[in-house]
Amino acid sequence: MIGATNVLVPLRSNSVLSRIDPRCRLLAALALIVTAVSFSSWQPLAMLVLVAAIITGFAKPDWSRTLKMVLTMDGFIFVMLIMLPFTVSGDVIFTLWGFDASYQGLFQAVLIALKANAAILVLIALVGGMDAILLGRGLQGIYVPAKLVTLFMFTIRYIDLLRREYLRLRVAMRARAFVARNNRHSWRSFGYLLGMLLVRGHDRSERILWAMKCRAYHGHMHFGSLPRLSTQDYLFATAVILFIGTLIGLEVACPALI
Amino acid sequence: MHIVDGALSSEVVVTGAVLAVAGIGYGLRKIDIDAMPRVAMMSAVFFVASLLHVPVGPSSAHLIVNGLAGLMLGWAVFPAIFIGLLLQAVFFGFGGITVLGVNTINIALPAVLMWWLVSPFLARAEGKSILLAGFVAGSGAIALSSIMVGLSLAASGQEFVPTAKLVVMSHIPVMVVEGILTAAAVHLVKKVRPVMLAPAGSLRSVG
Repeated sequence: MIGATNVLVPLRSNSVLSRIDPRCRLLAALALIVTAVSFSSWQPLAMLVLVAAIITGFAKPDWSRTLKMVLTMDGFIFVMLIMLPFTVSGDVIFTLWGFDASYQGLFQAVLIALKANAAILVLIALVGGMDAILLGRGLQGIYVPAKLVTLFMFTIRYIDLLRREYLRLRVAMRARAFVARNNRHSWRSFGYLLGMLLVRGHDRSERILWAMKCRAYHGHMHFGSLPRLSTQDYLFATAVILFIGTLIGLEVACPALI
Repeated sequence: MHIVDGALSSEVVVTGAVLAVAGIGYGLRKIDIDAMPRVAMMSAVFFVASLLHVPVGPSSAHLIVNGLAGLMLGWAVFPAIFIGLLLQAVFFGFGGITVLGVNTINIALPAVLMWWLVSPFLARAEGKSILLAGFVAGSGAIALSSIMVGLSLAASGQEFVPTAKLVVMSHIPVMVVEGILTAAAVHLVKKVRPVMLAPAGSLRSVG
């Protein structure tokens, strides 16, 4: 269920990338993912997957956790990918139990798998190492509305509080010999648990509001402004732009898969 | 419930993103200064709830509770769910970045709809009808969400139609469970802090 004490643990990373400005990393990840999703030949996608995997590798990440993240995502789309060759009509490769598998469907499945893996690897490589606070400041830096960022910052703080509240309530349930089973009693008990979390969360938020008002809260958080972009940030941005250019060139040069 | 990057056609992705930005913008306008900690707290509750696995049939499902979120937050559910999805994408790798808009719409729009339909009734409900309202909101939101996920897949191409059907079918047991859970939670909240289910959806401090 929930393992560590803190839910939002960033992937460990101590590469050069972690010294790059969060705004640059966010924008680079966004640009790379948006370009990757619009590709229709496999070569640039394969290249992106490879490069992102290498960068992730150099970031010395928590290997088992990174791998688990990628595999979980692949597990989610596995059924859809398996079904695709059979649902797309086209040139038949083979017939299984009266269903025709087509090349077109297979290619489409390969493309989707490549895109999804490229996107998640880019995200892990560029954004995965950020902690939630840095992410919030990065979002602020790329002109996400202050209200949304404030909400974001409050939320990441409360998730931890709430999780502890949840664990306390679960201990109370276990003390009364509650075991989650497949019946209405269990579901109702989970419902009450959720309701109680909401009530306690609500009361706590009211207390926090009054405490903050005493400290002159007027609607948004004050962030220390991010440092000015340094030379290495500009180098990083140039590298990313060149890389995207190469990818687009590859996309133009290579024939579309479908 | 999550769609990954790369599966949807760009028309669907762009439409989703535009609608989501509109919804989030409108939702943010509904949150005044005093409501900020409360909305954030609710958004955190729903994030934690999505980490909670409940046994359903042979396997288990994680909660989405968007119906409940809608009843509590009204329009403010849009930014709350967006933040939850963003955190999930970055820290757990669930869902993608380009599909954030589509996913936000698919989960938040049914929540708002349920709030709009159910909460006037819930404000007057007593006894068993509270449970009924909770059940309708909980299972209705999941039903609509899975249908919308199915539709966004189907709109991306004819070949996704079987997958879309599979998505809707596989959510039927989850619907029942979420309905019962939401009914219980709403029942409790209505008894303990009825003010949290303010039907006007005006999110203000209630002291």
